[in-house]
Amino acid sequence: MAAILDAQGLQKNFGAVVAASGITAAIERDSVVGLIGTNGAGKTTFINMLTGYLKPDRGRIHYEGRDITDLAPRDITRLGICRSFQIPQLYASLTAFENMMIGIGVVLRNAGRGGFFARGQPLVPGYERLPEDVAERLLERFGLGEYRDKNAQVLPGGIRKLLDIALTMVARPKILLLDEPTSGVSAEEKFQIMEMIMKAVRAEGITVLFVEHDMEVVSRFAERVLAFYDGRIIADAPPQAALADPEVKRFVVGGELRRLDEAAGARRA
Amino acid sequence: MSADRTPRTLLLLLVAILAAGPFAPQWTLFLLTVALAKGLVVLGLMMLLRCGLVSFGQALYYCVGAYAAGMLGRLYEVSGVLTLMLAGMAASAAVAFVLGFLLARYRSIFFGLLSLALSMILYGLLVKTETLGSSDGFNVLPSTLFGWRPADAWVRYAVLSVAAVAAFVAALAVHRYLGTPLGRLAPAIKDNEIRVEYMGASARTAIHVKYVIAAALAGLGGALAATTVGHIDPEMAYWTTSGEFIFITILAGTGSVIAPFLGALIFGIIQTVAFDLSPNTWQMVLGASLLLVIVFLPEGLWSLFKRRKIA
Repeated sequence: MAAILDAQGLQKNFGAVVAASGITAAIERDSVVGLIGTNGAGKTTFINMLTGYLKPDRGRIHYEGRDITDLAPRDITRLGICRSFQIPQLYASLTAFENMMIGIGVVLRNAGRGGFFARGQPLVPGYERLPEDVAERLLERFGLGEYRDKNAQVLPGGIRKLLDIALTMVARPKILLLDEPTSGVSAEEKFQIMEMIMKAVRAEGITVLFVEHDMEVVSRFAERVLAFYDGRIIADAPPQAALADPEVKRFVVGGELRRLDEAAGARRA
Repeated sequence: MSADRTPRTLLLLLVAILAAGPFAPQWTLFLLTVALAKGLVVLGLMMLLRCGLVSFGQALYYCVGAYAAGMLGRLYEVSGVLTLMLAGMAASAAVAFVLGFLLARYRSIFFGLLSLALSMILYGLLVKTETLGSSDGFNVLPSTLFGWRPADAWVRYAVLSVAAVAAFVAALAVHRYLGTPLGRLAPAIKDNEIRVEYMGASARTAIHVKYVIAAALAGLGGALAATTVGHIDPEMAYWTTSGEFIFITILAGTGSVIAPFLGALIFGIIQTVAFDLSPNTWQMVLGASLLLVIVFLPEGLWSLFKRRKIA
């Protein structure tokens, strides 16, 4: 399989802190890749560099053979690399439906449809349907139909996560970067949410990178795992092999357990 | 979705103004024309407010529009009202296009105060410019319509008609713009700019575009005010003038493109009546009315109409 996304030797320092140190990874088309690592290991820095939010100090990023290292987030989005957020980034004062319509509006505008002098109702590119229709369908696909007219700020956590991801889908991305899609969601709901996301995403043939702390979720949904530690990738393998790697056990999985212990301790205290 | 009734309502209002004008007393024609001119400025402020931006210096563009129109008459003896309006719009839009590169980078109080500072720079410049009458300003040439000058008794009505048609066209265009994808982005920019960027749009460009449109509207309003009042002075750029526009914006609400004109008219009426009743304390009456609106109609006077529609 051909690589759709190719990161070569990405380096990023924040003062004395090394956030990324020679990250090299080629992502194959139609693959599902899990990014694991403790907080501060460089996962989100990696995503932020891929989406143009951070410029690497060194190294290049190629997408479908094109160098995208110096593009702004909006230009990278237009090329088909979309992301969701650890903390859902929604339009809080608008309803779920209106949130979708804003996203569709941007897609229309970038396609040069529905402008000031346009006549009649524009069709959403890629879907070739009316905007309202696309919004409804996407909401339904993510099980958000009943929340259609609720304001984003009053939606429950898991629903906000789903709406955040549904919003990325309006542009028909080719690569989807999901930053902790199941954080802040109860353990029972995690699998349910991931199932729903994967079903929706795989139906479109989208390449997926997702950051995840729950190793059960990773081993169930990822085809390949990139384990981060200290700004480096310490393991790049299928889930079973990656999770069995001694370094990953020591620095990532162990770290996760320690983190959970600490969290539990803090809760008890 | 309910049918869009705004274009029809606008047309009805235009016809009503044109039809009733010949029978109305002269002072109401003047009041209404000034309200339309100010309403144009407020229409622009409403667009910015929808993005969460408050310009404390919109008087800058009101003044630029007025001076552009006034100077055309003073220097080149141009009196065609359409030319003057276009000149006012173009001058303000050009200034806003340049300043927009700076202002579109700023949000909230920084945007507000920077726009205030820029308007006060213009005020300062005009006060020091003797060829333009310094702080006294100068009288504007009486304007003509395609070379035709109406009889004295009809001047007020003629100017009102031009203002009403201009306001009608502007309101209709803004209404249409607000329905386009770029126009609809306003509440999204207000809520979450990061998301706007990650959806593939530039919040800064969207704000820049709205800023230029708002300035063009203010310039048009300024040119109309110059034609109506017949005199312009640096006071048009002073911060209290900007304050008045914000006052009307809050009074009117951002619910519809009709609201700014309604707000400006009610502002004018309250001002006139209050000044008649108590010449020394009329500002108190204005302040009290704004207070009442903020407390009881937080979304402005326009919410009165919205409620009726639902009922």
